[in-house]
Amino acid sequence: MKCTIALAQINTKLGCVEDNLEKHIEYIKAAQTQNADLIVFPELSLTGYALQDLTSTVSHRPTADDPIFRPLLEASQKMDIMVGFVDEDVRNRFYVAAAYLSHGEVLHVHHKVYLPTYSLFDESRFFAWGDGVQAFDTPFGRMGMLICEDFWHASPPYLLWLDGADILLLHSASPGRGLGQQPELESAHWVDHINRAYASLFTNFVIHTNRVGYEDGLNFWGGASAYDPNGQRLVLGPRHEEALVMVEIDLNQLHRTRARLPMLRDERTSLVQREMNRILGSGDKNSGR
Amino acid sequence: MTNKIPVFQAQKSSQHDMSINTELARKILTGFLHSEVTRTGFTKAVLGLSGGIDSALSCYLAAEALGAENVLAVRMPYKASSPESLSHAQWIIDDLGVQSLTIEITDMVDPLFAKMPEINNMRKGNIMARQRMIILYDQSAAFPGLVIGTSNKTEILLGYSTLFGDSACALNPIGDLYKCQVRQLSRALGVPSEIVDKAPSADLWAGQTDEADLGYTYDQVDRLLYLLVDERYTPQECIEAGFTADFVHSVVERVRRNHFKRILPPIAKLSNRTIGYDYLYLRDWGT
Repeated sequence: MKCTIALAQINTKLGCVEDNLEKHIEYIKAAQTQNADLIVFPELSLTGYALQDLTSTVSHRPTADDPIFRPLLEASQKMDIMVGFVDEDVRNRFYVAAAYLSHGEVLHVHHKVYLPTYSLFDESRFFAWGDGVQAFDTPFGRMGMLICEDFWHASPPYLLWLDGADILLLHSASPGRGLGQQPELESAHWVDHINRAYASLFTNFVIHTNRVGYEDGLNFWGGASAYDPNGQRLVLGPRHEEALVMVEIDLNQLHRTRARLPMLRDERTSLVQREMNRILGSGDKNSGR
Repeated sequence: MTNKIPVFQAQKSSQHDMSINTELARKILTGFLHSEVTRTGFTKAVLGLSGGIDSALSCYLAAEALGAENVLAVRMPYKASSPESLSHAQWIIDDLGVQSLTIEITDMVDPLFAKMPEINNMRKGNIMARQRMIILYDQSAAFPGLVIGTSNKTEILLGYSTLFGDSACALNPIGDLYKCQVRQLSRALGVPSEIVDKAPSADLWAGQTDEADLGYTYDQVDRLLYLLVDERYTPQECIEAGFTADFVHSVVERVRRNHFKRILPPIAKLSNRTIGYDYLYLRDWGT
């Protein structure tokens, strides 16, 4: 089976959900003309990134009676959609969230687990952290969603892999930083590097969309990409410019690669569990938490 | 036996090379200028053009980002300013085709100097820098356009600027580039080599140079600041890397002492929600 994916590396308006929704609908229509099966928007695509005190004013619930999600759910009758938004739970906690919409239904919502609060980042000042990493079934196989810092840590992609995800959908609002002699920023190089590594280590598809534009002095570098289970890059979007980046993935490649390279078959999950129990139970303060 | 084992030495890398990819810098900085000027509803920009490298680079970037016809370069000489500065600024205006204006500040600042017989060069320099700010912000309303900053990372860190004078701007494209990186990017953008290579000067009196004012060269202090700030070296590690202890300590202290120039004035907190502490929005809020 083949799946045509549209990576929408868009700019957003900070705190202006209706304006951003309008852009989502435009990109969805453009993706339809390209016969896309799935469109992937960046992190916080409906709100903009550095929300600070705007956080509590831009939240939405991914339900059919929400004025922002209603048109997106309608649009998902024709094409699966992954969007980024601020989710407010019933106890009024705010999450950096990603929703996967398909045939008018919300198939899955992921809450960002790792909220960077260092360097230029201050996310956990404003957001609650998610407490789960789960794969989910879609018309194109089992997938998993992660948001930016989530995949700067090795364990969330690993957990999704073990939970059955063959396609990792990653999205970011990654501020560009680290200008040296190379033609790409250090942050862009790093993300590309680890995405290739996940595709190679897990013999998975890795799909990544990152936003573009500026918020005050921060730049966002775009460069949406897709890797196949061999770790080969299928597409790389332009840097720093809005684009609808199209890529077709051949899901039969999973069969071919894993016949050659049985990393999943040979993964020693019970060993991992046993050693995790030992490490975390040892009370050794140097073992992480 | 052991001397027969082939030993392979890692090549010493050019660690801490401060050179940058100029094409990438150009793309990010012109994109920044275009985005941050236009999203506020403006299409144009105003900047002071001294004839030195920093304002030249900001002018080249602004002309590329906004179109030369949308950039107003203002020359604001004092009677003691070097004629060479004025003609270097003219080269840039001619090369880029930006709009220009020349407003001499002598008649504006001399009456104030005359009222203060004990005034020193430092105070005069501050008054001149603030007078230029007044002209630029007036042109900001008249042109109209946003004032583009021309301070680089080295002088911002050292506090080698006049608060509310040359440091005043709406946005700054070159404030994260050290002086040596400003030179590299300027060459790549075609800033005339005479401007790139001449001794940097605030041009407040004849023969003044930045490096004589500061007491060290930009090349020295760029490298030290890069280790301290970007690479997070401790002062002791900088000394171990080859800098003299006196130089390291004087720069560290200078950076600390001038931090007030890099932040908004603190507001005394009384309420539950105070601007600057827990009333937090980007300037780009709503755009």
